[in-house]
Amino acid sequence: MAGASASASLSEMGYQVEAITFHDSSRRAHSIAAQGGINSAKNYPNDGDSVWRLFYDTVKGGDFRSREANVYRLAQVSVDIIDQATAQGVPFAREYGGNLANRSFGGAQVSRTFYARGQTGQQLLLGAYQALAKEVDSGSVKLRTRKEMMDIIVVDGKARGVVTRDLVTGELETHLADSVVLATGGYGNVFYLSTNAQACNVTATYRAYKKGAFFANPCYTQIHPTCIPVSGEYQSKLTLMSESLRNDGRIWVPKAKGDKRKPREIPENERDYYLERKYPSFGNLSPRDISSRSAKEACDNGQGIGATGYGVYLDFKDAIARLGRDTIEERYGNLFEMYERITGDNPYETPMMIYPASHYTMGGLWVDYNLMSNLEGLHVIGEANFSDHGANRLGASALMQGLADGYFVLPYTIGNYLATADLKKIDADTPECKATVKEVEDKVNKLINVNGTKTPSYFHRKLGKLMWDKVGMARNEAGLKHALEEIPKIREEFWKDVKISGTGAEYNISLEKASRVADFLEFAEIMAYDALDRDESAGAHFREEHQTPDGEAERNDDDYKYVAAWEYKGVGQRPELHKEELKFENVKLAVRSYK
Amino acid sequence: MNLKLHIWRQKNSKTKGAFEQYAVSDISEDMSFLEMLDVLNEDLIVGGKDPVAFDHDCREGICGSCSMTINGNPHGPEKATTACQLHMRKFNDGQEIYIEPFKNTAFPIIRDLVVDRSAFDRIIQSGGYISIKTGSAPDANDIAVPKAKSDVAMDAAACSGCGACVAACPNGAAMLFTSAKLKHLNVLPQGQAEKKKRTLAMVEQMDKEGFGSCTNHYECEAACPKSISVEFISEMNFEYAKARATAYRD
Repeated sequence: MAGASASASLSEMGYQVEAITFHDSSRRAHSIAAQGGINSAKNYPNDGDSVWRLFYDTVKGGDFRSREANVYRLAQVSVDIIDQATAQGVPFAREYGGNLANRSFGGAQVSRTFYARGQTGQQLLLGAYQALAKEVDSGSVKLRTRKEMMDIIVVDGKARGVVTRDLVTGELETHLADSVVLATGGYGNVFYLSTNAQACNVTATYRAYKKGAFFANPCYTQIHPTCIPVSGEYQSKLTLMSESLRNDGRIWVPKAKGDKRKPREIPENERDYYLERKYPSFGNLSPRDISSRSAKEACDNGQGIGATGYGVYLDFKDAIARLGRDTIEERYGNLFEMYERITGDNPYETPMMIYPASHYTMGGLWVDYNLMSNLEGLHVIGEANFSDHGANRLGASALMQGLADGYFVLPYTIGNYLATADLKKIDADTPECKATVKEVEDKVNKLINVNGTKTPSYFHRKLGKLMWDKVGMARNEAGLKHALEEIPKIREEFWKDVKISGTGAEYNISLEKASRVADFLEFAEIMAYDALDRDESAGAHFREEHQTPDGEAERNDDDYKYVAAWEYKGVGQRPELHKEELKFENVKLAVRSYK
Repeated sequence: MNLKLHIWRQKNSKTKGAFEQYAVSDISEDMSFLEMLDVLNEDLIVGGKDPVAFDHDCREGICGSCSMTINGNPHGPEKATTACQLHMRKFNDGQEIYIEPFKNTAFPIIRDLVVDRSAFDRIIQSGGYISIKTGSAPDANDIAVPKAKSDVAMDAAACSGCGACVAACPNGAAMLFTSAKLKHLNVLPQGQAEKKKRTLAMVEQMDKEGFGSCTNHYECEAACPKSISVEFISEMNFEYAKARATAYRD
């Protein structure tokens, strides 16, 4: 979505744009899955919202680990996004008076979220896709589909293009430019199971990192508390159930370990409503991170339910008794239907089973205020960069940031670079271009020639489990060190034993997968290094060594008030840490409390 | 459960394809249909054979990537459900399942179950947008839109561009897809200025791509995972006729 919006805006401004996507159409992207909405400081409800307030909420929500200036700009342009999308025909929800409707969302006390039923991401993406279609129609954007970026071409220290692999023919192609913009999303699939779409991967950003771009704050990964749990080894993804369910559902597990009775057979006094017990004032509405960690704790303690023991009940029995089935159906009917379709259980009769899952990654390639990486000429937008959400993203802020970067920031900041950069003329025969193509070719051949016995997914699952256990919701020094010992072993096994069918010169799904898994297997290490280095708890990064008596994250502003930007030093080598000190000139550092 | 699969295998757009038979065993009823194919693919890769290629991405029924015809039904037997959201509990132990790509001459086969749906993109590029440039939009509340109109626009905009309507239609028509986008944009005040031009351009592009015409079978609506209504097709025909008849004025 960030990529389509940037391409459309740049093209309107007169730039010649070549837009490349590995999807079959530019209408596909994981942006489509965002359900809840998009924040904007429009203050249409007249409830006291302002640019300042959205700025403040976002900095606080990010647990004071984001750059003030970037976030302020984000809040400023948030109002333009709604104007732009509405003019494009995005069918936002409306009041009977014909004006736009708003709803409330987590981490804010004002109503500033615009939405299009439960499909806000899809509709905003289609808006950007159609804006791009308009520019393709006018002939000023060349759109390439089913081509995957395999590497960045760097000439004289500047990003000058990319090498792609045509996913249909396998052909490697060189695309040259004055500047490269990556809008390639997050790396949540490092956990194998996540709410991310199947194609989401770290390859584009990771390969840029290997060419010199710094990777910032990779340890900031957000875990969403209410997803449908894993049902078996074959599971390919976890589906998010809207957090709004916690307004009426009560979360519990059996008091006894390993209790395998059906939920309705477990009497009231043998149930542990652990959130209500531990956090009597917030109860089932405790913040995302606390709810997620408490579920993990209960399951680690043997109280988990379901076939795998990694699930907790979300029970609507009391709410149905209190409000009636009709009210519950009106509030959550579509969600209950979706749940039943996936699990075969009827949540009106038996409690839902839920478990936390990886959902969004705040870390990404380091960028300056102009959204340019330290690798000159490389710009990074959307979830792929690190800049706006600090250590934790608030709900309905991902769409806001993707579109802010794409429509309103990058198209304006890129001009200065293009006007001042001293770019020499290059073509496909320039040695750096040929060398990059050769590197990609060698990598593809290397993968195919392993000819081992295990599928790429086998290694992805194995890595994902390790990352989830040791670099997931709650982390500690011993676990992180263990991960740093284990990751290289899995990587080594991969390069000895991975099996890919077919050749590089055809449509080859096992090769695509293997190539992405190979990058996750290297990237996982910098995540663990970053989590180990950050010896504090901040936002979604929870170090068990640093918590308050009631389980809240304990920040250490004296020592860790910095962006950790990692520089590549070789596979298996510890990357070099560069610190960007964060200055808070407008917001006072405080304990993030929602009590 | 154990199943017998008949899957369309085709190496690329130039070679001929055929059904091949596969047996899969120990399939859990909690698996999604695509996860069942994942299991088959894992076995095929380990056995040194080519896995079955199919398009997929979000696996939660919204992105529109997955596209396969299961026992004659695009996306399978369950109503208003994409293949990725179809679960194996809808099938019986020992059942035979036929799996084919979405078939249409305007959707050339790329490999196995993967087809080229770029014709849809070209229909959108021909006029499926509102020509507003970034930064020039008026305040969003300057344009009041009656809630009823806004709701209809949303109903139409829910189309995920999967192509099931085309695969289901005996004539291979893309009229549900095209009419849904036309309705989405034509019903809104923002879309009025380009309404006529858009209608003519998109219908003409649709024809140029080689899609058929509607003869009221309504198979498209029945197959649509988003339950898009065929009413939009009759409205498109009406608007097209009107635009054609008055084209001389422009």
